[in-house]
Amino acid sequence: MSIASQAAPIRFEGVSKRFGRDVVAVDNIDLAVDAGKLVTLLGPSGCGKTTTLRMIAGLEMASSGRIIIGDTDVTKLPATDRDVSMVFQSYALFPHMSVLENVMYGLTFSGLGKSDARSRALQGLELVGLEDFHGRLPSELSGGQQQRVAVARALVLEPQVLLFDEPLSNLDTKLRRQVREDIRAIQQKLGLTVVYVTHDQEEALAVSDEIVVMRNAAIAQIGTPRELYDSPNDRFVADFIGEANLIACQVVALNAGDATIEIEGYRLRLPARGLSPGPATLAVRPSRIILDNDTGVPVTVAKATYVGVRMEYTLEGEFGQVFAVKDDVDKPLEVGISLYMSFAAEGPVLLPSETGGHGGH
Amino acid sequence: MTPPTRPVLIFWIIAGWVGFLLFPWYGTESGFFSFEWLVDGYPFEPDYSPAVFLIGQGKKLWLSPLLIALILPLLVLGRPKSDPIYFRILTAAGALGISWLIIQGFSIGLRGFNFQWMNAVFGALDDRQYGMGFGALICAAAFLFLFTQGIAARGAINGDVFVVGAIGGVIAIVTTFVFFPIANMLFSAFVTDEGEYSVLAFFGKFFDDRLWGIGCLTGSRCGAALNSLFLAVAVGFITTVLGLAFALVVTRSGFRWKRMIRALTVLPIITPPFVIGLALILLFGLSGSVTVFFADLFETQPTRWLYGMPGVLIAQTLAFTPIAFLVLIGVVEGVSPSMEEASQTLRANRWQTFRTVSLPLMRPGLANAFLLGFIESMADFGNPLVLGGNFDVLSTEIFFAIVGAQYDQGRAAVLAMVLLFFTLSAFFAQRVWLGKKSYTTVSGKGDAGMHPMMPNGLAIPVMFVALSWAIFTATVYGMIVYGSIVELWGVNNSLTLKHYITAFSIRIEEEGIRWTGAAWDSFWTTITIAAIAAPLTGAVGLVTAYLLTRQKFVGKSAFEFGTMLSFAIPGTVIGVSYILAFNVPPIEITGTGIILVVSFIFRNMPVGVRAGIASMSQLDKSLDESSLTLGANSWQTFRRVILPLLRPAILAALVYSFVRAMTAISAVIFLVSAEYDMATSYIIGRVENNDYGLAIAYSTALIFVMLSAVALMQIIVGRTRTGRRMTPAGPGL
Ligand SMILES: Nc1ncnc2c1ncn2[C@@H]1O[C@H](COP(=O)(O)OP(=O)(O)O)[C@@H](O)[C@H]1O
Ligand SMILES: [Mg+2]
Repeated sequence: MSIASQAAPIRFEGVSKRFGRDVVAVDNIDLAVDAGKLVTLLGPSGCGKTTTLRMIAGLEMASSGRIIIGDTDVTKLPATDRDVSMVFQSYALFPHMSVLENVMYGLTFSGLGKSDARSRALQGLELVGLEDFHGRLPSELSGGQQQRVAVARALVLEPQVLLFDEPLSNLDTKLRRQVREDIRAIQQKLGLTVVYVTHDQEEALAVSDEIVVMRNAAIAQIGTPRELYDSPNDRFVADFIGEANLIACQVVALNAGDATIEIEGYRLRLPARGLSPGPATLAVRPSRIILDNDTGVPVTVAKATYVGVRMEYTLEGEFGQVFAVKDDVDKPLEVGISLYMSFAAEGPVLLPSETGGHGGH
Repeated sequence: MTPPTRPVLIFWIIAGWVGFLLFPWYGTESGFFSFEWLVDGYPFEPDYSPAVFLIGQGKKLWLSPLLIALILPLLVLGRPKSDPIYFRILTAAGALGISWLIIQGFSIGLRGFNFQWMNAVFGALDDRQYGMGFGALICAAAFLFLFTQGIAARGAINGDVFVVGAIGGVIAIVTTFVFFPIANMLFSAFVTDEGEYSVLAFFGKFFDDRLWGIGCLTGSRCGAALNSLFLAVAVGFITTVLGLAFALVVTRSGFRWKRMIRALTVLPIITPPFVIGLALILLFGLSGSVTVFFADLFETQPTRWLYGMPGVLIAQTLAFTPIAFLVLIGVVEGVSPSMEEASQTLRANRWQTFRTVSLPLMRPGLANAFLLGFIESMADFGNPLVLGGNFDVLSTEIFFAIVGAQYDQGRAAVLAMVLLFFTLSAFFAQRVWLGKKSYTTVSGKGDAGMHPMMPNGLAIPVMFVALSWAIFTATVYGMIVYGSIVELWGVNNSLTLKHYITAFSIRIEEEGIRWTGAAWDSFWTTITIAAIAAPLTGAVGLVTAYLLTRQKFVGKSAFEFGTMLSFAIPGTVIGVSYILAFNVPPIEITGTGIILVVSFIFRNMPVGVRAGIASMSQLDKSLDESSLTLGANSWQTFRRVILPLLRPAILAALVYSFVRAMTAISAVIFLVSAEYDMATSYIIGRVENNDYGLAIAYSTALIFVMLSAVALMQIIVGRTRTGRRMTPAGPGL
């Protein structure tokens, strides 16, 4: 007997969650998570990620819509009766039980005999590399170890779905990378269906098969990390993933799926992505801005900051401000000089124009 | 899917049948647990018959509809929970069972039908019934929990059987033992001497000079209501000021013996309230030491100045100042030091800071302390009884209306209503204050910084007041111990242990120990009743606290209000309402130990609820949630995660309710009987016979018993704390 996976897909059909009369935490979401995939919910604080996750767990009940896990409609099932485990932000290890008792806890409710439960729990601890710590109390473990106990405790139940709510937020920066790689490795090894909440885009890009970007209780875009990075649907996603600069521009010509755009006289050709002539927005990552060409948009250097591995510049032009980074730290640009800004061939994306603020972030 | 087994459902179905088929339906004279009924003609002797045997013999046929409610639930066995029939049948059966129990219980009493119109409609009934016994009780519980399972199956609280059952259970017992007796008492205020309902009867008793008279302005006596009101305002005010002084000394002065002052807070917990009154008599009574000293000094006649308003005021102030202190220390410490430091960096000096920042931030806490003092004074019974003299207050007047020569239930009910009105108003005011303001200043975060010292102009008077009062308190407690070993106070001052011997002597004989002392009877009764009541109080309080902190349900705020309400109901009111409500069927428990246990549970329940809420809000909610996602249901979570983590809090609540049950007097004095006499009422009886020596010796012994209980608990709790951590492990918590 070893720990396997009963991974199942999840489907949300028009799910909403209201708290009281006024607060709509999740607004009419449709979502499909394939079995065996790691999907992150990404978005700014308060956008409804945790609420979505808790609805999968059964800790919150959907106000409307249907939630389906595997072949079962679980919309009305409470947490106890769902085959879903969750790793909490605070780990929520039971402080009065030893590590082993914690990991065995869920197994005792699954009708396993005591010795079976014990050996399964030990296997779970082995999987996270903590088999030697089984006799300790949670308070006698470091944060990272507690985290792994929490993962083992959830894993041993072989849940259909495993949920993580900001699992790295209580760890220090160094550990974060390690733990997130561990989680990803276990997920891939066992083929688990995992839904993972974070507000950190870098973390999301690093671990996910697919990312669900959320905004104001709704889904802004769903895609693989690459898709989201390279072709965001709108300004929000572009800004949230990779902190793109948003520059107002004009589409002046369309030609075989490509658009020619103009910013203060500087012209550029790139995929039209369905836009028609008129005002539009250009999204450019800070690293895709080129400053040593003789042509481009005129700018002046307003701020230059040395951050060790690179230089960060704030550039001002008539379009507003943009943020650029350069790896060359030895010959930094001086504040106040004027130069031309152009863009790398790969990377800049054309987005629909939206009323509201122009320029960078 | 195989049809699910439902242990809880099956349990309650069986319980219902067991109650109906096996247990004596009515209360038995000799008590259930003597088991005399088993050898005394059971099951055919009607006094002890289970319901089914009564019906079989053609008696009490009105119990037969209950059979329907017992048979119906059998139909849902094997059906899935989601089947609408499942919840319809269970709710219907439960509702039918409960309402029929209530209807028949109130309609048919000791003399046949209770209502005239029933005789007219159905003809006179030449049968009768007594109070509910264990059979009826078990049936009632079964109907209740079948009903809640029906509600849960309908989808309430995500179909959680445990939570819905717990809510139903708490509502049922609070309704039965708080709302029903109080409502019943309110009705009896409208009953004339001839037993008819009349608003005039109420007004006659309400607008009585003995209640509202203002004679004291012109030299005679004032009404009890005005006296109580005046006294309560004075006590509330003085205890708040003194409590604030103590709190300031402890938090904002360089005083060295702060721990001693903190220890003061234990005093009201372990002191039966009237003991202070007794000690005051030893000091200031007609033959009190101080009185005699000054009488000798100035060669004047000793006076009885103590008996009346001054004595009661002093005694209550002594008794309740520690309560105000307890409230205010939290408030004073809760004012964030950084605000005070900010004020000082903004060029306010210490005095200006205190006046413009600290004091305004404390204001809600001060109001809270005042209202607590007000409620405690209103509800206090022991001190006015011992020291009141001609100074009538509501709580004692209620007592005399019931036990005195007047025996006037209606008057007692009216007085109780007035008293209840005052305390409830204070309770409402307190909730309004607390609800809006008190949490604004308490950050709950560990706030760096130090509370500034009091400015000197304030420190000197505050220290003076606090220290003199502390010394006075110490003297009074010293008097209690000393008084217990004096032969006859003021007459023969030689030292003796005779009072202790009278009270607590034992003889060791061949058959074992004989408890020959006069106090043993009431002492063991008290210990037993308190020991039975404590875990029950703890359980009710804890379950209620769990529901309030961990569950969301419709009507939760009303639920909370209902469970906290009994805090504002003075013991005397509980006492009166209990004897009015529970000396006739369907619940006939006056004169038993049960009524004492019940009264303690509901008197002390708010304390248990508060303690439970306080400690449960320390437990991170994700602990329960992770238990739920790991497949435990809410009952398993409650038992395996919450209860173990709350062990220290539970222990504290147990000891606390045990001790409170031992010191209670106001409700107890109505409810004791020859068989079940309690320590406090025994002592009051001694006081009324001027047997102070014995009374004080007994009180001292009680104080030491309770002190050891509290100390023992602190040791154990201290150990538990260090052994295992309370909060979920992990940073950020
Ligand atoms: N129990 C609750 N009661 C009321 N509002 C809530 C509750 N839980 C969450 N919300 C609200 O729902 C919104 C989404 O919350 P949440 O899902 O926790 O956001 P996120 O995890 O993305 O930061 C927020 O506006 C939050 O205030
Ligand atoms: Mg969140």
